[in-house]
Amino acid sequence: MSNVESSIRPALILGDKTLHDITEDVCRPIEDKPNKYWWMAFGLSLAIFLWWLLSVTYTIGTGIGVWGLNKTIGWAWDITNFVWWVGIGHAGTLISAILLLFRQKWRLSINRSAEAMTIFAVICAASFIVVHMGRPWVAYWPFPFANQFGSLWINFNSPLVWDVFAISTYFSVSLVFWYTGLIPDFAIVRDRAKTKFRKFCYTILSFGWVGSAKNWQRFEEVSLVLAGLATPLVLSVHSVVSMDFATSLIPGWHATIFPPYFVAGAIFSGFAMVQTLLLITRKVLNLEDYITMYHIDMMNRIILITGSIVGCAYLTEFFIAWYSGVEYEQYTFINRATGPYWWAYATMMTCNVVSPQLFWSTKLRNNLFVTFFLSIIVNIGMWFERFCYYSYFITS
Amino acid sequence: MSKKLHGIFNDDEVLLNAIRNLKAKGIKCSNAYSPYPVHGLDEALGLKRTRISIASFLYGATGTCLALLMMWYMDIWDWPMDIGGKPSWNLYKNIPSFIPVTFEFTVLCAAHGMVLTFYLRSKILPGVEPNVIHERMHDDHFVLTVEGKESDEAQIREALTQNGAVEIRS
Repeated sequence: MSNVESSIRPALILGDKTLHDITEDVCRPIEDKPNKYWWMAFGLSLAIFLWWLLSVTYTIGTGIGVWGLNKTIGWAWDITNFVWWVGIGHAGTLISAILLLFRQKWRLSINRSAEAMTIFAVICAASFIVVHMGRPWVAYWPFPFANQFGSLWINFNSPLVWDVFAISTYFSVSLVFWYTGLIPDFAIVRDRAKTKFRKFCYTILSFGWVGSAKNWQRFEEVSLVLAGLATPLVLSVHSVVSMDFATSLIPGWHATIFPPYFVAGAIFSGFAMVQTLLLITRKVLNLEDYITMYHIDMMNRIILITGSIVGCAYLTEFFIAWYSGVEYEQYTFINRATGPYWWAYATMMTCNVVSPQLFWSTKLRNNLFVTFFLSIIVNIGMWFERFCYYSYFITS
Repeated sequence: MSKKLHGIFNDDEVLLNAIRNLKAKGIKCSNAYSPYPVHGLDEALGLKRTRISIASFLYGATGTCLALLMMWYMDIWDWPMDIGGKPSWNLYKNIPSFIPVTFEFTVLCAAHGMVLTFYLRSKILPGVEPNVIHERMHDDHFVLTVEGKESDEAQIREALTQNGAVEIRS
């Protein structure tokens, strides 16, 4: 074997597995009948999905007034949910692209599932953009075509148009990045397929891949260049999302700190979501030897650092509001913390700034229950951040 | 008449050594298949460096130009507007607010152009029938394809076995 294992780092895969054992373990969840935990997880997800479908049908059928939104400028829940979901997607790209550039090998156990999470998170985010329009059948309006409803062309000075380009590029590039990485994996399942139908499906999905030396050479180069392209892309996406607010003139919004602070918050909440999902996945699919405590520990460290960056950004914002001497700016911040929605602000501060500090402790970082609990707390905190900053703002 | 033989290996180090030894004997190693990328395999086979990253750069540069051309045509040339006191009279004055879209479109073209080129050059597309030489060649086995004269077949078979091939298929 040419793979040399480091003697000073913990093993990435436990249980002394051969290559064939790994293939068997990874293919088992696809080839066997799902177990009862899988059905439970699937049933719960399906129930929540149906609930969403019902709510969206009611919203679109009746109008966005059902949330109490009665003006055309505000987005209400949808801006909160949209920004929250886009942020969650960022962890997948960080794991697949940025950690590839930093040669972090531990990413390999979790990158594909995290990328899948990215793609679904972006779909969720996009669904809230479409829903907030109230008339989703005109969702093509922000695309550049010669229109006859007033402006002739779209306005490229508008951050909302930048967002359309950023989100659609991010979604499609994440999708090909994920799928290109999956092709050799589909080839494994194809070669092992026992039934004709399965063979047929996986032959199509694997694009007829055979791992020839030239194919692998190109594959490696494509992965590297895609990682190099996805890294600035993922940083740009949440920066552009933050510019939806930062380029306005509204107190509390037009801050130059927004882009880096949004990106840090995005990675923070994204990693928490990866933890929530993978802790369930590794249990349900019996992947404890592959997604090990080491992986969980590493992700908790990222949550700790990005959570601290977010906390630092909150304090910086507060300081700058005071230092600016602009009374509207000062009022916004004081009102956010002590006004009628003080409880949302307090939830945000507790969940995002205080709770991740528990991860300084090695013992807590390596505790599954604490990790699972905190991963949910962090995402509640991040949702309240989005709520405090964009939604409640419009109602006040 | 040239004859193709496939030597099956179960270790990538052995495969790399076999390629070196067979080449030294003057046997042509035309291709190798592995379940995962093997470091040094392309050098051992004498493959040229792929130029796909250059292609990606060119696609990206095309994207940059197209995006700027589109925004210049739509917002500056064809129908300039003054929205919110931010007029669109010249390209150079509007460049700052055109940068996000230019960047995103550059990445879009570079990424998709490169991936499509990869699929087409490597002939991987939905519906392509794979040439599976060994049922475990994407699991834990490695395949080395060698070519030689039909009269040398026995010699090549022996060389493959000597160098650690666990099986030979033709």
